[in-house]
Amino acid sequence: MRKPFAITLDPGSSLANHTGTWRTSRPVYLDRLPPCNAGCPAGENIQGWLAHAEAGDYEAAWRVLTLDNPLPAVMGRVCYHPCETACNRAQLDEAVGINSVERFLGDEAIRRGWRFDAITERSGKRVLVVGAGPSGLSAAFHLARAGHEVEIHEAGPLAGGMMRFGIPKYRLPRDVLDAEVARILALGVTLRLNTKIDRLLDAMKAGHFDAVFLAVGAHIGKRTTIPAGASARILDAVSFLRSMEGEDRPMLGRRVVVYGGGNTALDVARTAKRLGATESIIVYRRTREKMPAHDSELEEALQEGVLVKWLSTIRHAGDSSITVQKMVLDEKGFPQPTEEYETLEADSLVLALGQDVDLSLLEGVPGLEIIDGVVKVAPNMMTGYPGIFAGGDMVPSERTVTVGVGHGKKAARNIDAWLRGTTRVDTPKHEAATFDKLNPWYYSDAPKTMRPTLDLLRRQSTFEEVVGGLDETNALFEARRCLSCGNCFECDNCYGVCPDNAVIKLGPGKRFAFNYDYCKGCGLCVAECPCGAIKMVPEEI
Amino acid sequence: MAYQPVKFYQTGTFTVGNRLLPPEVRAVQANMRRTNSLNSGHRACQGCGEALGARYAIDAAMNATSNQLIAANATGCLEVFSTPYPETSWQIPWIHSLFGNAAAVATGIAAALKVKGRRDVRVIAQGGDGGTTDIGFGCLSGMFERNDDVLYICYDNEAYMNTGVQRSSATPFAARTATTEATGPDPGATFGQGKYVPAIAMAHNIPYVATATIAELHDLEYKVERAMQIRGARYLHVFVSCPLGWGHPSEDSIRVARLAKETGLFPVFEAIDGEVVSVSKIRRRVPVEEYLRPQRRFAHLFQPTPHLEVIGRIQAHADRNIRKYGLVDAGSE
Repeated sequence: MRKPFAITLDPGSSLANHTGTWRTSRPVYLDRLPPCNAGCPAGENIQGWLAHAEAGDYEAAWRVLTLDNPLPAVMGRVCYHPCETACNRAQLDEAVGINSVERFLGDEAIRRGWRFDAITERSGKRVLVVGAGPSGLSAAFHLARAGHEVEIHEAGPLAGGMMRFGIPKYRLPRDVLDAEVARILALGVTLRLNTKIDRLLDAMKAGHFDAVFLAVGAHIGKRTTIPAGASARILDAVSFLRSMEGEDRPMLGRRVVVYGGGNTALDVARTAKRLGATESIIVYRRTREKMPAHDSELEEALQEGVLVKWLSTIRHAGDSSITVQKMVLDEKGFPQPTEEYETLEADSLVLALGQDVDLSLLEGVPGLEIIDGVVKVAPNMMTGYPGIFAGGDMVPSERTVTVGVGHGKKAARNIDAWLRGTTRVDTPKHEAATFDKLNPWYYSDAPKTMRPTLDLLRRQSTFEEVVGGLDETNALFEARRCLSCGNCFECDNCYGVCPDNAVIKLGPGKRFAFNYDYCKGCGLCVAECPCGAIKMVPEEI
Repeated sequence: MAYQPVKFYQTGTFTVGNRLLPPEVRAVQANMRRTNSLNSGHRACQGCGEALGARYAIDAAMNATSNQLIAANATGCLEVFSTPYPETSWQIPWIHSLFGNAAAVATGIAAALKVKGRRDVRVIAQGGDGGTTDIGFGCLSGMFERNDDVLYICYDNEAYMNTGVQRSSATPFAARTATTEATGPDPGATFGQGKYVPAIAMAHNIPYVATATIAELHDLEYKVERAMQIRGARYLHVFVSCPLGWGHPSEDSIRVARLAKETGLFPVFEAIDGEVVSVSKIRRRVPVEEYLRPQRRFAHLFQPTPHLEVIGRIQAHADRNIRKYGLVDAGSE
């Protein structure tokens, strides 16, 4: 080639200069565990399904969601959403309304008739599930999907357990519950109602079951000895709420006192209000801060006119009144009695002091360990008797629908492994995507979308659902408030901010890769990644 | 319930792209087929703001002109790190002549294209703050005054970085450089000196003057595109951070540029025919201290105890900018 005057070298590209040799630490892409996923007792991949919802693909979102939880429409109503408590967005403005998006997806699935994929593989194993509550249904779903033949034996007349016989209709309409149960049964799960098991081992042998998942729940209301008049009307919360499902509604009178401070106490007090009680008073021995009930429920109850006597215990129940003793908290936070008494007019007293488990079916099963009235299980949910697993309210844990669903899933996976003669090894969890890993500058300001609530008058007189749902536009908006903590959402920032073009864009859905020939290790991509999906690691020299 | 627009894309246009945005709303930099005008292998320091700003601006200009673009480059970091003979990182027709004559070279190219009747080929001149505000200033003013059809882009990193961080007329007050050391009664660059070239450019009444930072990519690309739609002399002043000369970690280059804007120290605006027509508002106003602290060139302002009087004067300068350009909406604070 003839070169111009005074030019002796060929023109060259700087690509010959591999600036990657300058690097002392290198950026790497990673997925971090978002706090919502980490906080979900049912182990949902929340960030994962929100990502599909953000793109408007609700069916894909629902399918990812139901890989872990077959009851999204129920969960979107009754879950106390620890995911939202953990949500990083709360440190920016307000937590993402995960629960309301979940409900939207669940309702959308019912409306459009989405069904689970058909089961292709059969293992030939038979599993007995005892109890058709959230835990049992969840286990049945996951076991069926794993190819096992599942039979649920339910002592009650209908499926749902505490979702039907504990949670009032104004929180969970029964048609929603029925639709989600029906979809699980459509997988080929057999449900035998009114089938109480008396002796478990006999039932196992008779039905040729290879494994059992016990989830009988906690249906026996705890009693306490309260000196009472001969005609004092005292009920327990569980039986009261269960009778709400029957033909005849229970008679409570006009003035109702509820004893206890859990969510059940609130359910009873709010139900009493709807049955026409003019006064519905909760008596609780400690303060609002110490109350185990969830604050949102308490707030709704107070709005509806439920009254609460804090720091009070019931000393005597008379025919038309009860005597309450005032308490004070000592320095350790325990209530101590005072000499102050008060009389409340009351036509009936409902005890909501917690529930016990009916363990009679376990008689004669060797190796079981019962502690404080619940069955001890190993980390894999197996009891002391090989092949018998247990979960939900009958094992030591928090008693919520979500925890029950989580137990069902976990037990099902371990039962599956056990039936196949292996042990399930959980994949190690990703490191946490904490708020300090994010670059919040990049997120648009957007306050949370509030769900509509029913007007107060109807809340006090009917059993219509109190909290409404989102429609498509605001559900989409709410989903898009997700920060996608710790998981790349393809915002192109790393690709854009690299001064050395050392980030390769792989195309939609394929994310990015680093070109380490040229990456100088400046760390700009890490600093400017909104969601914390890149980290710097030292080079090995 | 209050009306809520659905058009909310998680990060809006704060990020470079976003899978939820329609492609035409994404930045040029999000495109898999962007020009990469300044390609890999250049010898700029880690986290160089100027290398980033130059690729942002020239890629946007290439996109706006269907790749019919010639650039003249002044001497400076950008020239030295990109083109050590016989290698070059530039993937566009590019020429370097002298330190002070980039505007004149570009004027000549524009004149030649006019003679050849090539109205489709556009010309850019570019340089650092030294080549623009000091050494090349005469040529630049002449280019403005004759309204030559050139877009001049100044990448302002506030000192002569290539030769070892000496003060330029764009160095801010109190900043330490090799020639304004942090010693004596008034450490760092002297208050009341220096010049603000965007205002001088506006005083020439040229059709388009704008400022931008590497922290606001969509705004920067918009301004380049806008400038390429206009004929005549145009000036774009881009704020680019320098990890080496300013003494901040390389990963903070964009953050520092963002803070310069959010404090009000670097106003981001555009002006048509010498009149400001729009400003980029401050999103989250912060005191100047947040901008000064991460930079070692201002470290003497905080040692051994904060020099409140000096910091106060810098804050007053930021406040004056905010008033003068209306950088904060009335009632938003």
